Amino acid sequence: MASERPNQLFRNGSAKIAAIPMIVTALFVFVGGTVWTVVYSFTKSGLLPRLNWVGLDQYERLWATRKWLVAIENLVIYGFCMLVLVFVIGFVLAALLDQKIRFENTVRTIILYPYALSFVVTGLVWQWILNPEFGVESIVRGWGWESFSFDPLYNADIAIYGVLIAGLWQGSGLVMVLMLAGLRGIDQEVWKAARVDGIPTWKTYIFIVIPMMRPVFITTLVLVVTGIVKLYDLIVAQTGGGPGIATEVPAKYVYDMMFQANNLGQGFAASTMMLVTVALIVIPWAILEFGGSKNRG
Amino acid sequence: MVDASPDTLSGPQGPRPRKVLSRRNIFLYGTLFVITVYYALPLYVMIVTSLKGMPEIRLGNVFSPPVEMTFEPWVKAWSEACTGLTCNGLSTGFWNSVRITIPSVILSIMIASVNGYALANWRFKGADVFFTILIFGAFIPYQVMLYPIVIMLREIGLYGSLGGLVLVHTIFGMPILTLLFRNYFTSLPEELFKAARVDGAGFWGIYFRIMVPMSLPIFTVAVILQVTGIWNDFLFGVVYTGPETYPMTVSLNNIVNSTQGVKEYNVNMAATLLTGLVPLSIYFVSGRLFVRGIAAGAVKG
Repeated sequence: MASERPNQLFRNGSAKIAAIPMIVTALFVFVGGTVWTVVYSFTKSGLLPRLNWVGLDQYERLWATRKWLVAIENLVIYGFCMLVLVFVIGFVLAALLDQKIRFENTVRTIILYPYALSFVVTGLVWQWILNPEFGVESIVRGWGWESFSFDPLYNADIAIYGVLIAGLWQGSGLVMVLMLAGLRGIDQEVWKAARVDGIPTWKTYIFIVIPMMRPVFITTLVLVVTGIVKLYDLIVAQTGGGPGIATEVPAKYVYDMMFQANNLGQGFAASTMMLVTVALIVIPWAILEFGGSKNRG
Repeated sequence: MVDASPDTLSGPQGPRPRKVLSRRNIFLYGTLFVITVYYALPLYVMIVTSLKGMPEIRLGNVFSPPVEMTFEPWVKAWSEACTGLTCNGLSTGFWNSVRITIPSVILSIMIASVNGYALANWRFKGADVFFTILIFGAFIPYQVMLYPIVIMLREIGLYGSLGGLVLVHTIFGMPILTLLFRNYFTSLPEELFKAARVDGAGFWGIYFRIMVPMSLPIFTVAVILQVTGIWNDFLFGVVYTGPETYPMTVSLNNIVNSTQGVKEYNVNMAATLLTGLVPLSIYFVSGRLFVRGIAAGAVKG
C-alpha cells in the first residue's frame, strides 16, 4: 500500500478529500458535541445554553430527583433481566437451530422478523396484546381462571416487565443469529472429542463450547448493553413512561428535560451520566479486545 | 452463516441415523413449533385486529379471527386518523419518511463507501486516528450529541427541515457503514488495485471502474441496513423535525397514543402494520443479506 516516501500535505489528496466528512464528523460531532455537552452540564442553562457555572449543582439536583432515580432503577431492572434472558433465550434458540433441523430457514426467519420492526411498532403491538380488557388477561380469565391478573401496563409495580417482554421479543432474534454464527464457527472435532470422552451434551456446551465462543459473547454483550442504555422509543410507544412515572428511563428523562421542561442543564447532566455508564462498559472492552495488538488496523 | 453441507463421505461414517419420530425429535420440533408460534403471534394479532370492525373487537379478544372482514381501518389509518391536531392519517408521515429515507440512504452510502475505500486502499497519516474516533463515536449515547446538533443545524438553517434530518442520518450512519465498506474493500485482492495503479488509474478511476462494480453485494447490504434503520428511527425524527415534517414512526406514535377521542384499536393496528410494512417487506425479500447486514455490526474491524 502506501510507500515509505516522506509525507506531504497534498500527497494522496483525493483520499484526504474523501475522508473530510469522516474527519468533520469525528471531530465536530462526536468529540466536539460530547465535550460541549459535558462542559454545559456544569452550567445553569435553562431554555437556552449559557455559560453560567454552577459546579456540580445539576448533578446534585439530578440525583435528588425522584423521576431520575426511578429511571435508573428501571434501567437496572430492565438491563439486568434483558441481559440475562436475551442471552439465555438467544443461546438456547441457536443451540436448538444448530441441531441440523429441517425448516431451519423458516424458523430463523420467523424468530428474527421482530428485529426488522421499529421499537415504536413493537411497543404499540405489545400495548395492544397486554391490554387487560381484550388481551392476555381477559383470555386467561375466559379460560376459567377468573382471578388471573396480568396488567403490566396499568400496574406500576410490574409495568417495566411489560416493556421487558416486548424488548425480548424484538431483540432475542439478533442474539440468536449472532450465537448461531458463533456455534457454526466451532470445529466439529471438538464435538467428536467430547462425545468420545463421554461428556454429556449440556456439559460440552457449558464447559467447552461457550468458553470457545468468548469473542462472539463479548461483541454481542457490547451490542446488547449499548442498546439497553439507548432504550427510549419502546417506552414512549408502549407506556409513555407511565403509569405515573413507573417506566421512566434515563434516555427519556434527557429528552423530557431538554425539549419539554426547558431545563437544558439537567438534560446535559443526565446525558453525561449516560455517557459515563457506556464508557465504563466500552473502554474496558476496547482495552481487552484491542489493547494487546496495536498493530492491527 | 455457512450452510451445513450434506456429508459426501462413503462408508459408515458420520452420526448414527436417527429415527424420524424419536423422542428427541418430538421434543425438538415441538419446542421449536411453540417458540415460532410465540414470535409470530404479534404479527397475527396486528393483521386480524386491523381487519375487524370496532363492535367485533369489543366482543372478542385480540386473538379471535375476524368474522366480517373489513378494510375500512386501513383506509382510515392511511388518510383520516387523527393525531390530536390534524386528521390526515399516516399518508403525510409516509411520504415524509420516503423523502427522508431515499436521500439519506444515497448520501450516507456514497460518503461512507468512498471513505471506506480511502481507508482501505489509500491510507494516509492520521486516518486511523479519525477512524478510531468514528467507531468509538458509534457507542456514545445519542442523547449526548442531541443538543449540540440542534445548535449546528440551527446555525446552517436546517433545523426542523427534512434536509437537516437527512444530514443527521448521514452522520450517524457513517461509523457502521464506513466499517462495513472498509472491511470489504480490504478483503478484495490487492493485486487488482496494484494492476490498476500500474495502468495509470487514479483514486476515482479505480473507485468507479473497479471497486464499485465488484462490490454490489456489500452495497445491497448497506442499502438494507440503512433503509430499515432510517425508516425505523424515532428519536431523531421527533427531535429534528416539526409537525409538518414528522416521519412515519412519529406520526404513528402520535396517532395511537393520542389521548383524544375514542380508541379505535383496529385503526391503530392498521396504522402500526402500515408503518412496519416497509422494513418487513425488505426483511422477507432480502433474507440472508439482512442477516449479513446485522452481523456486520458485530464483526470487529
